[in-house]
Amino acid sequence: MPSDGAGDPVGQATQATQATKVDPADPVNSVGQVNHVLEFPGGYTRSVGPVIGRFLTELRDARLVGVRTAGGRVLVPPTEYDPADGAPVTGEYVEVGPAGTVETWSWVPRPRPGHPLTRPFAWALIRLDGADTALLHAVDLGEIDPGCAPPPTLTTGLRVRPKWRAERIGGIGDIECFRPDVTMITDPGRAEYRLRPGRALGRFLDGIAEGRFLGHRCHVCGKVYVPMKGMCPADGVPTTEEVEVADTGTITTYAVNNIPDPRAPEVPFVSAYILLDGADIAMVALVAGIPADQVRMGMRVKAVWRPREEWGPTMQNIRWFAPTGEPDVPFDAIRDYL
Amino acid sequence: MSRGRPTTAGPGRDVAVVAFTQTDLTTEYSGLSEVELLAPVIHEIKERTGLSRFGFTCSGSCDYLAGAPFSFVSALDAVGAWPPISESHVEMDAAWAMYEAWVRLQHGDIDTALVYGFGKSSQGDLRQIMTLQLDPYYLAPLGPDQVSLAALQAQAYLRRCGAKEDDLRAVAARSRAAGLANPHAPDLPEPAADDPYEVAPLRSYDVAPITDGAAAIVLAAGDTARELCDRPAWIRGIDHRADAHALGARDLSRAESARLAGERAGATRAGATRSAGIEVAELHAQFSHEELMLCEALGLSDDVTINPSGGALAANPVMATGLIRIGEAAARIFDGTARRALGHAAAGPCLQQNLVCVLEGDVDG
Repeated sequence: MPSDGAGDPVGQATQATQATKVDPADPVNSVGQVNHVLEFPGGYTRSVGPVIGRFLTELRDARLVGVRTAGGRVLVPPTEYDPADGAPVTGEYVEVGPAGTVETWSWVPRPRPGHPLTRPFAWALIRLDGADTALLHAVDLGEIDPGCAPPPTLTTGLRVRPKWRAERIGGIGDIECFRPDVTMITDPGRAEYRLRPGRALGRFLDGIAEGRFLGHRCHVCGKVYVPMKGMCPADGVPTTEEVEVADTGTITTYAVNNIPDPRAPEVPFVSAYILLDGADIAMVALVAGIPADQVRMGMRVKAVWRPREEWGPTMQNIRWFAPTGEPDVPFDAIRDYL
Repeated sequence: MSRGRPTTAGPGRDVAVVAFTQTDLTTEYSGLSEVELLAPVIHEIKERTGLSRFGFTCSGSCDYLAGAPFSFVSALDAVGAWPPISESHVEMDAAWAMYEAWVRLQHGDIDTALVYGFGKSSQGDLRQIMTLQLDPYYLAPLGPDQVSLAALQAQAYLRRCGAKEDDLRAVAARSRAAGLANPHAPDLPEPAADDPYEVAPLRSYDVAPITDGAAAIVLAAGDTARELCDRPAWIRGIDHRADAHALGARDLSRAESARLAGERAGATRAGATRSAGIEVAELHAQFSHEELMLCEALGLSDDVTINPSGGALAANPVMATGLIRIGEAAARIFDGTARRALGHAAAGPCLQQNLVCVLEGDVDG
């Protein structure tokens, strides 16, 4: 309902009246509720004449026509006279559209009961292709939450086409609304896999299933890789010496993500490189428990584990990492791990 | 009447606004019926002028606001119409009733006219009632409300002239601040930048408030005017014009009929872009962008004081709002703050119809 609280609109009033009990002895208490309706039963009948009649008849057949003026302009919707000088129009009807261009628009964030659409929509003056004047109608821009600001796709110059009703009666409402031309599609991408971790990563995930981070130390360079691959990527030698590292660490760098991800608690969320204490290579994980704009390089974090009964051989055992509150690590201590 | 303009106003009788009264303008039901609203205003203007009968009486109101056919007839109870008076009514803002009274005074056989208007928007849904004024073939069946159509025009205007929504808020802020200083207008808060859109690009402060109220004016001719008022506000030009009803047949970004009415009323010279000596203008802008459009159409530059009363954005008793603009402009002549003032009234969707009245005080001494 509108914010002015002025009551129900005329078109909805009959129903409201039946539901509203008005105490004649205390009409003031009825203020704000409909207690009086003006309505012509069944509506007025109006003769539309040959010009408007032609337009409405063509509309019923899902065609759009305009009428040509003596000066050669095409009026859509047609009138019996040229609004520029009042002269009678010619008898020549011209098929126009169905596509047209938005000349100006307004955006209704909260539709009223009398409006043609129940979700947010635009009113627009639409100049149909081949016409010299514009037609008022509603433009449906899809599912949009009530109260939202005008979507950026709504612009003067937007190309639109009518959405016809299946059952047409010869009225302007035979067009349900206009819709923008198709300029974009949604391409669903989905593929299914049966991934196996392999020997080294399998061993790492066995550790995760027990709440431990395991890694390998390279016997050549001495670096600890978490998770391990069974190879030292620097020296190109197999690794076998297993070490356990802590579930605490330091953020070396991070990114703020604004695209929703089912694993993240909210948007924006932070994905970070975390150097676990005892490890020599950072791993990627979510960081939460802190506003995205307060995450820092050098920040100390600890894994937040799901309840033990939910654990399995998967990284999903760890919800994310959260700040420990310890002092930040100086940049020099992490610079070699970036 | 000396300016070399294409006249509709003359040569004819000099007619002046000699008195103006209005009710307190309230944003909700004040406990009064239409007649009860109107009666004190009529009583006050009779007292002020010392007149109890007028040569002609003309009113402006709208049955759709009252929710009753011929509601203007019962309003005559407030005037006292027996023995029968010479009376007329327009189903429009009372500014057009004043135009009819001015024409009637040109006949020369009467010297005074009472004009009044009243409206209670609080008892219906004004936004949707205004839909009923649209053509029944192409517009009304779609159900476009008043604010939706105004927003179409706002968008067209902003796009053409490059003004921003902040410019609209500045108009609303100035109007509401002026309204605080107007004892008849309600106190409205300063517009907030995060105010939600009512219909984009218009936010709720860009839309005139729902208001109940009534106002009256007395017109008098020649010497009678001088007897009734120390400083009559002489009508130097008055004209009204209409644009096409079909919104799509107009350039919505311009108030063309306002420009023409202003030129015909002598507010601007033909082809000029600046108003001719106007010091104060009261504009019937029910939406922020309409004030900017009207200033452009009427050539009102920055040195013209716009809507010192707060205008319709501060108080909008529909069917009296336009008459109040002329009354407020006349009041600036009465109190000596202006020598030449402009009153404007509008009707129809998107500033379709415009009336411009140029008022002038006598040169002192």
